Amino acid sequence: MDQTTARSETQHQSVTFPEGLTLDCGRHIASLTVAYSTYGTLNPEKTNAILICHALTGDQYVAEVNPETGKPGWWEQVVGPGRPVDTDKYFVICTNVLGGCMGTTGPRSQHDETPGQPWGTDFPPVTINDMVRAQKLFIDHLEIGKLFAVIGGSMGGMQVLAWAALYPAQVFAAVPVAAAAYHSAQNIAFHEIGRQAIAADPDFHAGRYWEHGVTPERGLAVARMTAHITYVSEAALTRKFGRKLQDTAQISALGDRFEVESYLQYQGSSFVRRFDANSYLTITRAMDLFDLSADYGGVLPSAFAGTRTRFLLVSFDSDWLFPTAQSRAIARALNHVAANVSFVEIKSDKGHDAFLLDEPDFHRTLRGFLAGCAEHAGLS
Amino acid sequence: MRVDLALIAGMIAAKTRVLDIGCSDGTLIDHLFRNLQCDARGLEIDMATVTLAVAHGLPVMQGDADTDLASYPDGAFDYVVLSRTLQAVEKPREVLRQMLRIGTHAIISFPNFGHWTLRLQLLFTGRMPMTKNWSRMWYETPNIHPCTIRDFFDLCAADGYIVEEWLAADEAGARAPWRRWPALANLFGEQGLFLLRKA
Repeated sequence: MDQTTARSETQHQSVTFPEGLTLDCGRHIASLTVAYSTYGTLNPEKTNAILICHALTGDQYVAEVNPETGKPGWWEQVVGPGRPVDTDKYFVICTNVLGGCMGTTGPRSQHDETPGQPWGTDFPPVTINDMVRAQKLFIDHLEIGKLFAVIGGSMGGMQVLAWAALYPAQVFAAVPVAAAAYHSAQNIAFHEIGRQAIAADPDFHAGRYWEHGVTPERGLAVARMTAHITYVSEAALTRKFGRKLQDTAQISALGDRFEVESYLQYQGSSFVRRFDANSYLTITRAMDLFDLSADYGGVLPSAFAGTRTRFLLVSFDSDWLFPTAQSRAIARALNHVAANVSFVEIKSDKGHDAFLLDEPDFHRTLRGFLAGCAEHAGLS
Repeated sequence: MRVDLALIAGMIAAKTRVLDIGCSDGTLIDHLFRNLQCDARGLEIDMATVTLAVAHGLPVMQGDADTDLASYPDGAFDYVVLSRTLQAVEKPREVLRQMLRIGTHAIISFPNFGHWTLRLQLLFTGRMPMTKNWSRMWYETPNIHPCTIRDFFDLCAADGYIVEEWLAADEAGARAPWRRWPALANLFGEQGLFLLRKA
């Protein structure tokens, strides 16, 4: 039933599925809550629904003020009235991912077996497929038979690929942006630094930090700082900060010296206020486990065999975390099964984060692709 | 639409699957979808042009005829089109082989290097000919594999492709009247247009 649950201090709109969800790891979550946001109006035929899948540290607040941070939605440039994903035409849905900390069942939710206690590190390992199955329950709950489009960047793009592979008949168009069909060794390595930083924080208390009334803020901040470097390009950091000094009068070994240092520290400290460390561990692990072809005998095209979905793949030329080669590999796999695929690499010096930023070429491409698909789908 | 594209469209049956290699802004695939209800897709090497085409709602992917055709399955299309691009690819023979592997038919147009103005220029000036079609100096032209209409007939014969239809056209694409005489077409046609299938 629809309800509003209290999670930390913020209320999130959510639905609880009492039948729960069986996960890839074999464990069963007894009761699954999915927190969500929607924009626009579902047409009577229920054919204009677009599901947005958020990235690692994103949430369901795509195009509205985030109640936890007070900041604008993370994709307001892309989703909204008159935007490329036009909420005047489409009914836009976003759910907080399974394992998240914004209202959907995750490590901060109540433990199935020990009521009154959060899951913490007992929370079962989840996969991208599990996240998608949770979203599918919600889409079924809305009685939407077929999504007009599923769109997402980074980990959101992984979910888009999983949607297209698991439920091809329910996805008319799929747009994985700055995505990959598997997490590379380098990506896993960066995640591991973050996880180790969290584990090394004395406030982590083996994941049961709530019992001590603390959070592993320093570890989580370092994790975010490391990750943030991977989201931007060298060119963007140079353009923004170069070697500019913060305060030339006070040079010390530990205080910030370079502007880029205080920028990173700001990124870290603002993140710890809104994100749960155990969620971070759970979700980074889900990304690391992602390898779409592994479920199909190591043959990526088999994941899309017989697909009728129309694909748009977008990469950014300065993205070294999910480089163009990864998107091209997906495009070629889709060619193998003669799928309908559009593929563009957008020029930008902003790195992986470009998908979240003001990139007019990307926005034009997305808008045009959706308009073309709407024509083919008979939506007008 | 360019006249040569209209000629190509005239060779394509309605409601078929078409891949247009070197589709540029996607004019042909747009026409094939709107007027012939084809499932038409494009492959284009220039990223800015691809972005433009996709932003117009057309299914186009960035890719290279020399390397990307190998990823398509056998018989994925009814027609594979390559217009004014054969002379610019690295391995024209291989591209042609791939086209007829992934498609039942191949439609190829190319500027004819056997045209009389080129022959005369080479004869009288002793230098690489320069015309509207062949407008770049030899050291910077992207057209690294020029051929004549006769050469193309020879390649089709050598590789066992059946020429179902062919014609020569002038620069604007208007059909030239030398349907029955390849030697005359080779002298007076500015471009050749071929519809091939495998034997």
